Amino acid sequence: MFMRPTATLAALFFVSTVPLALAAEKPTDPQIAHIAYTADAIDIEAAKLAIKKSKNREVVDFAKDMERDHEAVNKQALDLVKKLKVTPEDNDTSKALAKAAKEERAKLAKLKGAAFDKAYIDNEVAYHKQVNGALETLLIPSASNAELKSLLETGLKIFQGHEQHAEHVAGMLK
Amino acid sequence: MRPLPLAMALALIASPALSTTIEVTIDKLVFSPASIQAKVGDTIEWTNNDILAHTATVKGGWDVMIPPKSKGKVMLKAAGAVDYFCRFHPNMKGHIEVAP
Repeated sequence: MFMRPTATLAALFFVSTVPLALAAEKPTDPQIAHIAYTADAIDIEAAKLAIKKSKNREVVDFAKDMERDHEAVNKQALDLVKKLKVTPEDNDTSKALAKAAKEERAKLAKLKGAAFDKAYIDNEVAYHKQVNGALETLLIPSASNAELKSLLETGLKIFQGHEQHAEHVAGMLK
Repeated sequence: MRPLPLAMALALIASPALSTTIEVTIDKLVFSPASIQAKVGDTIEWTNNDILAHTATVKGGWDVMIPPKSKGKVMLKAAGAVDYFCRFHPNMKGHIEVAP
């Protein structure tokens, strides 16, 4: 069935949807732990900025929810890596995530009022979508330790919830 | 054998029981059982085993906070079927059929 002329197109499609322009190789558990921790820390930073800058109650409440949940998840992640004696290892994906987040924060820092609120929430929707894609297609399938895999699976459910929550807030800002 | 009339059947089920508390557990962002049957006056008590705060929220109705590693409860005051969800993680869903 893959001999049809659309196969090339399909192959291109799959390549272009590989999230975060990840390295071709499967990440190791220490790398996965670092990526997951970085992804959480990025959302905490964004939330802190929104709590400081936004005057919109819905947006501030959402940001506080993000800060609280991601801090709880990262505490659990740190407890797990300690227990497993895994040292999180920096890697190209973590670096790419951190770089993109820094640029996004710089962009958000220049905005005010409703423009800030919209940009922050739209980015939260896009960011959670991107991280969910990475969890589903790369991080969860690559994780070899069962406890790490389980933590990532719960993380995916949390992030999917956040994505829906962010979409709900985005709908209210319109 | 003639089937029991519905009203009588319901009365038989409902009459001996006073208001009860129905337990729902939250584990890894799942309400369990997801669907429950209750009657007016019953209390639903959620036990949250997650490290995250959750809510049990009915759109336009009640809203119960369920802190991490803690409990939350609500007494059912109206009959009818309600869908509830967690405001923080709207992918968490539950359903309650409330008999009069």
